[in-house]
Amino acid sequence: MTDRHTTGVSPDERPLTAAFRADGRPANIADYEAAGGYEALRTALRELAPAEVTKLVSDSGLRGRGGAGFSTGGKWSHVPVGDMAPAIKYVVCNGDEMEPGSFKDRHLIEGNPHLLIEGMALACYAIQARTGYIFLRAQYDKPYALLTQAIAEAKAKGYLGEHILGSGFSLEIYLHVSIGRYMCGEASAMLNALQSDRPNPRWRPPHMASAGLWSRPTVVNNVESLCCVPPIVRLGPERWKSLGLTDEGGTRMYGVSGRVNRTGAWELPVGTPMREVIEQHAGGMRDGFALRAVLPGGASTPFVPAEAIDVIMDFDHMKEAGYSLGTGTALLVDDSVCPIGLVRNLVRFFAQESCGWCTPCWGGLPWAADVLNDIEEGRGRLSDLDLLEEQCWFMGEDMCFCDLAPSATKPLGAALKLFRDDFERHIREERCSYGPVGQPAGQRSLRGPGPDGGH
Amino acid sequence: MACLTRPREGNRVAISDEEAVRFRATVIELLMISHPHDCPVCDEGGECHLQDMTVMTGHVYRRYPYRKRTFENHDLGPFVTHEMNRCIQCYRCLRFYVDYAGGHDFDAFGLRNEVYFGRLRDGALDSEFSGNLVEVCPVGVFDDKTLAAHYTRKWDLQTAPAVCAFCGRGCNTIAGERYGELRRVLNRFNGEVNGYFLCDRGRYAYESVNGAERVRKPIVGLSGLSASELVRGLGARLESALGERRVAVGARPRVARPRPVGIGSPRASLEANFALKRLVGAERFFLGLADGEQTLVERAAELLREGPSPAPTLHDIEAADLVLVLGEDLTNTAPMLDFSVRRWARLRPTVAEERLGIARWNDAGVGAVKKEEPSALWLATTHAGKLDEIAAETFHAAPDDLARFALALAAALDSKGGSRTAGEPPQKSRSAKARSAKRSAADGPSASLTADGPASDGDARLERFAAALRAARRPVVISGVSCGSLALLEAAAALARALPGPPPAAAAPLALVVPEVNSMGLVLLGGGRLSEAFRLAAEGDVEVALVIENDLYRRAPAAQVEAFLKASRTAIVIDHVKTATMAAAAAVLPAASWAEATGTFVSHEGRAQRSFQVMVPPRPVQPTWRWLSALASAARLPAGQNWLRLDDVLAELARERPDLAPAALVAPNADARVADMKIPRQASRYSGRTAMHADVSVFEPTPPDDHDAPLSFSMEGYRDEPPAPLVTRFHAPRWNSVQALNKFQQEVGGPLRGGDPGVRLIEPPAVPTSIPAAAQSSTAVTPSPPRPAAAPSSRPAPPPAFRPALDRLLAVPLHHIYGSEELSMLSPPVAGRAPAAYVALNALDAERLGAREGRPLKVTLDELHLSLPVRIVASLPEGVAGLPVGLPGQPFVALPAELEIEHEDGHA
Repeated sequence: MTDRHTTGVSPDERPLTAAFRADGRPANIADYEAAGGYEALRTALRELAPAEVTKLVSDSGLRGRGGAGFSTGGKWSHVPVGDMAPAIKYVVCNGDEMEPGSFKDRHLIEGNPHLLIEGMALACYAIQARTGYIFLRAQYDKPYALLTQAIAEAKAKGYLGEHILGSGFSLEIYLHVSIGRYMCGEASAMLNALQSDRPNPRWRPPHMASAGLWSRPTVVNNVESLCCVPPIVRLGPERWKSLGLTDEGGTRMYGVSGRVNRTGAWELPVGTPMREVIEQHAGGMRDGFALRAVLPGGASTPFVPAEAIDVIMDFDHMKEAGYSLGTGTALLVDDSVCPIGLVRNLVRFFAQESCGWCTPCWGGLPWAADVLNDIEEGRGRLSDLDLLEEQCWFMGEDMCFCDLAPSATKPLGAALKLFRDDFERHIREERCSYGPVGQPAGQRSLRGPGPDGGH
Repeated sequence: MACLTRPREGNRVAISDEEAVRFRATVIELLMISHPHDCPVCDEGGECHLQDMTVMTGHVYRRYPYRKRTFENHDLGPFVTHEMNRCIQCYRCLRFYVDYAGGHDFDAFGLRNEVYFGRLRDGALDSEFSGNLVEVCPVGVFDDKTLAAHYTRKWDLQTAPAVCAFCGRGCNTIAGERYGELRRVLNRFNGEVNGYFLCDRGRYAYESVNGAERVRKPIVGLSGLSASELVRGLGARLESALGERRVAVGARPRVARPRPVGIGSPRASLEANFALKRLVGAERFFLGLADGEQTLVERAAELLREGPSPAPTLHDIEAADLVLVLGEDLTNTAPMLDFSVRRWARLRPTVAEERLGIARWNDAGVGAVKKEEPSALWLATTHAGKLDEIAAETFHAAPDDLARFALALAAALDSKGGSRTAGEPPQKSRSAKARSAKRSAADGPSASLTADGPASDGDARLERFAAALRAARRPVVISGVSCGSLALLEAAAALARALPGPPPAAAAPLALVVPEVNSMGLVLLGGGRLSEAFRLAAEGDVEVALVIENDLYRRAPAAQVEAFLKASRTAIVIDHVKTATMAAAAAVLPAASWAEATGTFVSHEGRAQRSFQVMVPPRPVQPTWRWLSALASAARLPAGQNWLRLDDVLAELARERPDLAPAALVAPNADARVADMKIPRQASRYSGRTAMHADVSVFEPTPPDDHDAPLSFSMEGYRDEPPAPLVTRFHAPRWNSVQALNKFQQEVGGPLRGGDPGVRLIEPPAVPTSIPAAAQSSTAVTPSPPRPAAAPSSRPAPPPAFRPALDRLLAVPLHHIYGSEELSMLSPPVAGRAPAAYVALNALDAERLGAREGRPLKVTLDELHLSLPVRIVASLPEGVAGLPVGLPGQPFVALPAELEIEHEDGHA
């Protein structure tokens, strides 16, 4: 990962990464305070009513950064606040960044853990929750250490604990490390996991805003969503919104992995075109590699073909173009990567992570993975392609309780169209014609794609 | 898809939509991916939901060529098998066992297509309801281990609707027979009694019918007599005994020559008991209950008759907003009531659900909210039970203190004005109630309720219970006779009367637990006390003692029973299992078991239900009432001579006892036909009919006639849906699994078509009257001096508070689902789960007495000297000990009783 900073831009225009240190080490509380940290919390506690904080976030148009893109302020506004409201409420930060190819939350926490703490504090204040949980991915050892330290620092400075900054508001934040299952990233399953129940997703209603964690009103937000809150409060929704290039407004983390010159994550205005992210910020494809397609926001989004990378990367533009923004961290597929092998690996991952609730998911995904593996290893038949299409149908939208299987079939379904030739050639030649992944074009063996491969 | 759509009123679900059909077929194909193709050797085969669905969706060709996932299985104890490879991950087992039955030793482990349902390690399933997994599981993961030991396909079982014979709840069952052996028991849905489920005692006690303890031939001192010769001989003796009486009657009130007595039984049918009562005469008929128990059950029946509290049905419990249990360890005394309470606790509607918009069908949502809601179950018992863990609060005290507590609660409700908005009684009775409340409050039961500790603790607890009761709109009170306290029974009724009932009931429903399948029917029939029979015998006034289906050694101290049997000269015992009573009998006649006779039983709520004969016993085994009828004929007595069929007995019962006449109408009589046909006990696919007796004769025997029921012992008959009380099996075309039940219900979860079977013989008047009409007629029923019918508004005086004594403990009865019931202990799988005899002490008492867990302690009670291993039961109140009830081989003791500790030096 390179390029922690995007140079030549004022800190207020890159509020998520403004307090990142130039030396790449994580910002401590002094660094953060020097960059205006905890000012938003101070302002909110001193000057704003809880509902006003919610209104600021609603006005900013902030949409959840976990992938689904729900309005963050909208989520908060459904939580009952006031004298008649339940006394116990929770804010849960979803830091279970298990989506293959996604690393933006980790990037944010490792750069400046305090931004998340302040965002949580503001969220808790807005819905009047006295307890917050950060649900952290199992493998995130460094973020765990940093957050543990940051919570202690914030507590020592009076940003957390009883009567924060002399106000009547008190808050404890607890760090909970996941057991390490993708399913726990589904918000309702996460709440079950926090309660020591099976992480199967829940039926709504009850909505979390009324009965979430331990049946109390609960807000679940992604790490990045919460990190957006302090700048929104500090800069005001209009100013923050103006940072974006499209109506959606604001900034967000865009990430690229694959065979580009610079992999990494960058804070950019919302609405930055995909081409700019890849060619400018990631430095374009490495020599000897041609871009074939992009998984724009993690493994559960459909492929964007190389010809279509002029698409603007915000929720609405992506959706209009028939894609999905997801987490905004793109996985690039170059011409050394066998798309069948890639899709097989993805489907295998999802098969392994199914919670075991819906039959199409737990029954269909391993089957699809096996079929893909057969094709990849030269045992495929043409009828397998029909079978895969059928599997995309019965694991598709509205066939399962949650989005795991439908999401897993998105790249599969897209690949069946986009890489039809590859599938058919694998079956026809009874082998995978790709060489070792990551070999530049000039060094590829005779097994490389032939002239009819189209690339 | 419909399964992912929120159901709303007015939704229309298309099950034949092209995509839905295809999706359903796909799901079955996916379920079959790892499912073993072992139907021919699978216990579930022929009644498997997956098998039905696979056939119905048309999945025949396997497209999945890869490896199946496999598991290792657990040994789950004597009741349930485990074969996880068949699992289709439907989660039903988990939802039943953990969510509803409250089990802790079961879970779903792992994820993806490898979810494992079971225990953490080998071991018997701890829940008393584990056997329901057999029916809940749609495939063969969980099957009936006892059935597996003598396996028969569903279609090869001869089945009939029965009533569970092993406690007073009266759950409906379907029992199945093959080759003269009972092979298994399944649930038979009854929405008002047991719903979809059974307890493990009820499911697995059936092996007592097959057991080595059965009596299959007459036993007489002089061998070589045939059954008919024996009956003739016994009849002659009866005749002579009665003949003397005929001469004597009118001459003197007491006869000079001894006469016969009849001892009935709470495990015998209403018809058997009635036949005996007719034979020996009302004044010579004794119920055969322990005296103390008779007092209690008679009073329980009276309380239900008086009202205004009705006995709750399952629906009443489900609609409750509070349940208070007084003195009953339901898990062990009426297990299916325990289950009903658990199910209610999980499903009861709460304000939170409404506020959060959680629909009733959203089981997970309902359950999640319930976890965070305060419990509405309140317990006051002698010791901790399994229900304690879901209770809002529990109070453990001696029986008298429980009675005082209940009365104090009743007084507290009145003194604080209560909150009777629902089912508000007429104002007049209200003020009368308030006045009487003041009186009893002045007696001060609440102020002096300090037996358990400092006054303030007791008062605070009382206030918490009272506050909950005050807030309740639809409370249900559950009590009973199990802890042997009349005071508690009275107090429970008084408290129920002080609580609002669901309109039109004027008071809260009151469930009173009684111990045996026909305890309630027996006291409704009415008869004398055992001690009275003993006295007659001791006075030389008994020539013949007829004892039916009763082991008197379980009812009275051994010395008294021995003396009685000796003094009775000719003791005739009619029973289907060997008992100690038979040892001193002049003759034993082999009775049909519950599975071999049709009969009517009255459950604790007063519900009369017909249990139908499942199989034909080998001669000369026959129903008790037939033996009695034969004896009557041999003795040339008019009573019962002409009884050929059960309907004859019932007709006479109805003539003689109009109050019990509805018992004759609980099911169609033997002449009933549907489309001119009987209802077959055998399925249309019943196989081996022509071969099963071929070792004896190649000629197929004629199917026996059934004179007692409109059911046939054959495959022939009406194949469509029979009237609800006559359902011999749940089966519909293409639906071989228990899911076929859906086709027999008005709607899923609803009553059986035509109404759930059974008729309540006791329905209290909705509005209390000073002397209830039913109570008046009841005086004729009960030969024992009728206790003055308590006006519903008056309260019994509280008994004195229990004071622990230094040297003596109060022994209270401890009931065991496996162990306390006589017949079920003759079923090896049940007996295997029973405890050995013990004495339970509270830790403080144990320390004071120097007793240690597991070490023997010598105790004296009721002149019995026993040495019993100590079991520390922390929840027992100080000064209170516990003794298990009814364990085989343990001497009879009337509990509660004073128990003295014998010290090592021999002093008591």
